Amino acid sequence: MVRSADIARAAHAAIVEAATTLRPDVREALERARAAEPSPRGREVIGQLLENASIACRDGVPLCQDTGTVWVWIELGADECPGGDLQAAVDDAVRSAYRQHALRMSVVVDALGDRTNTGDNTPAFVDVTLRPGSGATVHVMLKGGGSDNASALAMLDPSAGAEGITRFVIDTVSAKATGACPPLVVGVGVGGTFDTVGKLAKKALLRPVGRPAGSPAAAALEKRLLAEINALGIGPAGLGGMATALAVHVTTAPCHIAAMPVAVNLGCSAMRSVTVEVA
Amino acid sequence: MSDPIHVTLPGDAGSLRSLKAGTEVLLSGRVFTARDATHIRIVAELGETGRLPYDLAGETLFYAGPTPPAAGRPAGAVGPTTAARMDAWTPALLKAGIVATIGKGARGDSVRTACMMHGAVYLAAVGGAAALLATHVVGAETIAYPELGTEALVRLELDRLPVWVAIDVWGHDLYALARQSSAEEMSP
Repeated sequence: MVRSADIARAAHAAIVEAATTLRPDVREALERARAAEPSPRGREVIGQLLENASIACRDGVPLCQDTGTVWVWIELGADECPGGDLQAAVDDAVRSAYRQHALRMSVVVDALGDRTNTGDNTPAFVDVTLRPGSGATVHVMLKGGGSDNASALAMLDPSAGAEGITRFVIDTVSAKATGACPPLVVGVGVGGTFDTVGKLAKKALLRPVGRPAGSPAAAALEKRLLAEINALGIGPAGLGGMATALAVHVTTAPCHIAAMPVAVNLGCSAMRSVTVEVA
Repeated sequence: MSDPIHVTLPGDAGSLRSLKAGTEVLLSGRVFTARDATHIRIVAELGETGRLPYDLAGETLFYAGPTPPAAGRPAGAVGPTTAARMDAWTPALLKAGIVATIGKGARGDSVRTACMMHGAVYLAAVGGAAALLATHVVGAETIAYPELGTEALVRLELDRLPVWVAIDVWGHDLYALARQSSAEEMSP
């Protein structure tokens, strides 16, 4: 039996871990990128990022001062009935994690009207999807403003094809990468509808860095996009070099016969996420 | 690459004018944190009085919103935010006497031009290295707008914070130059 309190407890622990500990696959990807980086400044930047991860882990301090908004995606077994107020439970987890661990409060009350800081980093941005069976998988992602701002969405025509998608992704990275803290993980969603394609791109960031997409077409597009992005010269921290991106992850979905929605969500060099199973 | 240049602010601010884009600098001394909401306040006060508030003339703005104190340091993590968001306000602030800004990412041409016009520089720190950068921050004191939380105007005392000159007083832009030369090197 999974209760709302169990999910909240898992979210609390995941927030703290994501804020202070670099994912092992991200660390390994950064190490590989440093070894392959021709630019001395690029190598120095990646060296700072690796040292940063060591300091954060050693001292239990955040990897980045922007400890982000909290996205919690709960894949809930349909046999479960967590009960209570799930949103309130997760918000409590956010509040306590951010206060206890000296994370930064970065959420305002309303985008347009009242831009007062909510003071406790709530609300969490919570999605619940159902899957067969029992248990729950809880994904927590902390997304800083710099990388999330550097995102874009387009409703392309099907005639645009892989060529059109490539142009849109490259244009987005080219224009926005320097503020998004490269080396990036580039999440690309293709398909779905206007409102779901952005989520596809964000979900793509949860995949282990550099693991190719399951579909051959998506995997081929990932390879092509990574090569083109890393030929831009933007480099680590945008200060020149090869490692503009560590990986490109493309996630695809069915869509309308008239449509080809595309979304790009950039993940920064810390790519903070944690996935946990709750039984 | 040559050894980094040591600069202590605000005393040595003038020496920043002699440094070319791409020079690595270790910054010590005082800077003031200012992000989006801070800029709105400062520019409003500048508009009302015709001069920078809080004796900011001759000082450096660090586009940063630190986390609270941790690990015995004034901030657990402090690093640069995207500088381009501050572009709309920067020419007026440089004109009024800000001598340097610290942030991350490329900036618009209006800032490059304003740096040339007013003899100011834009310095880039590594975004995402905030736990490391926090080890180079040895003091923090809130000067104004505490109600803004992390966006308050805070005076930081730095000890050898690593940055690069990203826009120099001649208008050279490291982001554009480094990208161009890297792309050329990597083209087949």
